[in-house]
Amino acid sequence: MRATLRAAGPPVLFVVALLALWELWAGRSTSRNPVLPAPSRIWRAFLDTAPLLPGHLRTTLTETALGVLVGVGAGVLVAIVVSGWPFARRVLHPLLIASQTVPIQVLAPLLVLWAGFGLAPKIVVVALVVFFPVAVSTAAGLQGVDVELVELIRSFGGGRAVLLRMVMIPAALPGLFAGLRISLTYAVAGAVIGESIGATSGLGLYIARSQRAFRYDQVFVGVAVVTLLSMVLFSLVSVLSRVLCPWQRRTDRST
Amino acid sequence: MIVVDRLQHRFGILDVLDDVSFEVGRGRFCALVGPSGCGKSTVLRILAGLVTPTGGRADIDGRSVVGRVGQAAYMAQRDLLLPWRRALANATVGAEARGLDRRSARAEALALFERFGLAGFEQSWPHQMSGGMRQRLALLRTFVAGLDVLLLDEPFGALDAITRRDLQCWLDEFLAEHDRTVVLVTHDVDEALLLADEVLVLSPRPGTVTARVTSPYPHPRPSALVTDADFVSRKATILAALAQAGPPAG
Repeated sequence: MRATLRAAGPPVLFVVALLALWELWAGRSTSRNPVLPAPSRIWRAFLDTAPLLPGHLRTTLTETALGVLVGVGAGVLVAIVVSGWPFARRVLHPLLIASQTVPIQVLAPLLVLWAGFGLAPKIVVVALVVFFPVAVSTAAGLQGVDVELVELIRSFGGGRAVLLRMVMIPAALPGLFAGLRISLTYAVAGAVIGESIGATSGLGLYIARSQRAFRYDQVFVGVAVVTLLSMVLFSLVSVLSRVLCPWQRRTDRST
Repeated sequence: MIVVDRLQHRFGILDVLDDVSFEVGRGRFCALVGPSGCGKSTVLRILAGLVTPTGGRADIDGRSVVGRVGQAAYMAQRDLLLPWRRALANATVGAEARGLDRRSARAEALALFERFGLAGFEQSWPHQMSGGMRQRLALLRTFVAGLDVLLLDEPFGALDAITRRDLQCWLDEFLAEHDRTVVLVTHDVDEALLLADEVLVLSPRPGTVTARVTSPYPHPRPSALVTDADFVSRKATILAALAQAGPPAG
């Protein structure tokens, strides 16, 4: 408990100090609708629109969760194909890189055109964002499997299913989680960008509407909720990774 | 019983084994010594079913092992413990890979932890254990696999001299109580004579058997045996055979 306090203390104090400075700086503004609203004003905007937020949050969360599932599924599949079949690696590699060079801001409007205002285009955006890091780091985990370990299991008569369960899956898991942690922060942002372009619900829509109404205090409320959501999801994946990869704990602590 | 008859092997243009023949009776211990790269590990890998020889025969209990895995318990120089399994779960890897009942393998392994000097470490991760303990755990895994034939490829090669000597004596004692057929690959002549009933000397590549020296002392053997006059003369015979074979081919 004391260790947790000691670890959490400095960043919390830093954030509180930043908020105080912000309040002092922005509080002097006499504008009715300042471009940089003070934290106290953002808090009031939060209380005012609080009843609207759960609905938007639920939409964004659903899109992110489904997108992450699709992205992880596709990433793992591609990692298996690519690490088990060198020819596939040569064919897919340029395509994989290319898929990451298209900016989401460009892709999202097209996806909305093709797939409508519903959940589908946002799920695709999130999946695209998650897919690449997961595929790359899972493939690295699979390719890094010790050949001698595989031989050992084989020498005892272990077949493909045994190898998969005893060696391949545990070897790939840490990489998968590393990739997921990297991409998760972008995943929520991807859903929000998708929503801001065309949606009937979601935090991105809430932010876009507030922007159009020049309610910058509400824009900040939206940003704060998106940030919190990303952080909660990040922690969730970290916990899941610790539970599923208990042998990794030592290295976790040192980093 | 292991029968290896006129075994030959080539990797591409490289002749690795040339006409290797030997027999190991049930419950006997045979050691292969030879210079690096003479193909002694290849003999073990063929017996483990991992390598298909280009010529000759290799049988265990009257059945060919060519291309047939799971007939013998193989242990490489590296401990090859799974980093994601605790010690006890690592001990049952061989048994599980063979499709044996996990629970009975666990019980059997657990009963042996004390004997292997690993009591209290059942729930440790491999990275928390010392090199000697990891090697003992790898041996334990080899025993619990429930196979009569053990193929040990320089099992103590990566250890310091003192730990090595300890483990050799301990393995000798353990095997005196448990009836297993063993083929050991080593380049430590003392180790070969101390543990085995028969020592085969292999020539540099392409490997062939150039000398056979028996080690007729009853098991378990005292570690002081290495200074016994008869032991030393047998050791001299092996060293002479190794020297006669010439420098290693690379």
